Order: sequence, then C-alpha cells, then structure tokens
Amino acid sequence: MSIIHEFEKASLVQGVLKNIRSIDTGPVRLMEFCGSHTAAILKSGLRQLLPSDVKLLSGPGCPVCVTHQDDIDRMIALAAIPGVTLCTFGDMLKVPGSRGSLAEASADGADIRTVYSTLDALEIARQNPDRRVVLLGVGFETTAPTIAASIVQARDEGLANYRVFSLAKVCPPVVRALLASGEVDIDGIICPGHVSAVIGSKPFEFIPGEYAIACAVAGFEPVDILLAIEMILVQIKNHKPAVDIAYSRFVTREGNSHARKLMAEVFETVPAMWRGFGEVPASGLVVAPGFAEFDAMQDPAVAGLAIEPCSPDPGCRCGDILRGVMLPEDCPRFGKGCSPACPLGPCMVSAEGACASYYMYGRQNGG
Amino acid sequence: MCLAVPAKIISISGLQAEIDIDGIRRKTSLYLTPEAREGDYVLLHAGFAIKVLDKEEAAQTLDLLRQMNVNNP
Repeated sequence: MSIIHEFEKASLVQGVLKNIRSIDTGPVRLMEFCGSHTAAILKSGLRQLLPSDVKLLSGPGCPVCVTHQDDIDRMIALAAIPGVTLCTFGDMLKVPGSRGSLAEASADGADIRTVYSTLDALEIARQNPDRRVVLLGVGFETTAPTIAASIVQARDEGLANYRVFSLAKVCPPVVRALLASGEVDIDGIICPGHVSAVIGSKPFEFIPGEYAIACAVAGFEPVDILLAIEMILVQIKNHKPAVDIAYSRFVTREGNSHARKLMAEVFETVPAMWRGFGEVPASGLVVAPGFAEFDAMQDPAVAGLAIEPCSPDPGCRCGDILRGVMLPEDCPRFGKGCSPACPLGPCMVSAEGACASYYMYGRQNGG
Repeated sequence: MCLAVPAKIISISGLQAEIDIDGIRRKTSLYLTPEAREGDYVLLHAGFAIKVLDKEEAAQTLDLLRQMNVNNP
C-alpha cells in the first residue's frame, strides 16, 4: 500500500478520536472554512462521531457559493455576446442567476464549454481562432495559479483570442471580515488544506494573533480532519492559540513559493464582492495591467455589459449559511423547494456547497 | 472546487508529466512544481501539480496517528 493510501485506513481514526474524547474543553464551536471539508465531514459521518460538546459550522470556503449574484448575471450576459465562447468549470453551470443559469443560456444557444483545466480552455482557443474564448476564472488560491499559468502561456504563444474573466478570490481577508463582524461565536477554525498548500499557513496567523482563535490546517481524509480538531482542542484547553498544520505532507508555513510568485505577477489584488458579505477589502484577484490584453474585463463589449442589480431569491439563505450564522437544515427552504435538482442558491448547487453536502449526506432520515 | 488528489509521477518531459492515479494515467502540467521528479507524489488540481508530497512529513504523521492508536487501546 502506498504511503498516500495509508491515510485512508479507517483503523487510524480510533486513536485520534479517543484523544479528542479525552480532552475536556467544555462546549466549543469550530468552523470548517472549506466546503470540501464540509463535504468530507458529512460524507464520512464525523459529526456523529465527535463528542456532543464539539459543534461544527460551515464557512464561506466555496468559490462558486460566494460568487456575487451580480457577477453571475454578468457571466450569463457575457455568454450572450456574439463571437464569444465561454469556458467554465462545471460547478458554475447550474448556479441560478437573476434570469436563468449558464446551463439555460447554453440550452438557448450560447457557446458554453465545461472545462476541467485552464489548459483545456487554452486548447479551445487554439482550435477556434475566430472565436473570443473567455475563461470564467472562478476559484480560490488553489485554482488562481492555474489561471495565472494559462495567461502566461497564452502570452508566450501569442494566443490573441484568449481572455480571462477573473473572479478569483483569496481567503484570509474573508476570514478577517467574518471575525471582525463579531456575528458568529467561533472557538476554532479548521483552515483550508489546498489553499494552504499554495499560500502556506502563515497568512492565517493573524487569527490566533489578533483574535486569539485556535487554528489547524487540515487535509481531506477523515483522519486528517480529526487530527486538526485534536490540535485545535489542545490549543483551546491550554489557552495557546496558534496555526498548527495537520496536513504537513502537503502544507508548509510558506506554501508553494513558485505559485505565489506567479499569482503576484499576473494578478492585482482588489476589493471584491462576496455573497453574504458584501465588499471585502483586498480579497479579489483581477488580471494585472501588464497582461491587460488577456483581461476580458478590458474588452469593450464586456466592460459595456449593463447588469441591473438584482437580489437573489428572497427565500434563499445562502448568505447566512456562508457566514456560519445558520446551518443548512435550519433554512426554511432546505429540502422544501430547494434541492440539488432544483436549487434556489449556489450552496445547494456546488459539490462543495454546505446545503448540497447536508442534503446528500446529512439528513437524519435519509430520503 | 479546491478538490485535489495525490498522484504519482511516472515520467517527465519538460514541464509535462505522465501521472498515475490508482491505475489511471493522465498528463499533467508541472508548471507550478518544476522541482518535481519521477517517482514523486504530487497534489493534482485541475490539470496541474500544485505541490510535491513531503514523504518524511507523511511518514511522521502516520507514526503519530499509529502511536495514538497504541496509546488508546
């Protein structure tokens, strides 16, 4: 068995679980920032294994879910521009905008392609020189370097019909916004594993430093998440908040310096709109002026898109769920007029959306 | 969307690698991890290797977890 698969062994879970049960902290509330952690926790049944004193809340760590309604409307309008081929990661397709989704726009004749990698979008641009090929650059720091790499490659190849509509976002500022609001009581944060593989654990050090909140970076096997929870509980018990790394096989304090450098070269950090939060300072990544020819936002046809500001469905509580104010199952529409097949908001669409995870794996009575 | 899986590098040609994920072979870009070598495990995300596995850290974490099992019979 390879060293990678060792972490999947169910037998490894017992010891760390017993450790967790033996640490007496009293009631604590921990937020798993990342939507993939929410999915892993629900799928593996960890919530039922943890002591009743340890409550887990979902956070805003789902790039599709936090994409602002106006940006979704803008994407759909973008797809309707004659001559544009829009490339998107699959998660975004079914997210409802104010007037339909990308999937519906595609059914209506827009040229929308689902890609697995930014390299696929480059290939579509190569094969369709008469089309303006626009990649929807949605993602956090895990994905942003792959978007940056595609822009550099397009420049190096002289691929003149490739553009990126960048809605990429960075995570630490939204954690700060969440904590500064004081709206949610949190004793610890399970920090995102794959974002941290790129940026390192260092950018999260303000959380214990300024807010005295315990943190650990976790991987995505159940045992990785339990190890992070154990580390957080030990910090809470000893009153020594820090950022521990429970995923040290892929995460260091510094991250991937090569990827970080590339992001700094290709992107500029700007304020960005987040669903549920509004504007968060220094949290968005747009294409830097040095790469303006690959920036879809500089394209006159795109810059001129008129979007009427529109509110999400009033019954949708995605914003509250993303801030950890509400659990999916407490939303009045959860499973009642909102399901993965017919979603009101993005948290029910994305595989990382908290509502989708709770709907798929978390309902007590099945169904 | 931040989904990433470990994969083993089988061969490298420039900044392209052939990788193996449980028997499935794919091409991936090493643009973000030029230090990767044949035989390394990498974290694969959307067609790119975004980080090379630190084998020593992996072994240490496994030892720690096994020790917890021994200490909590």
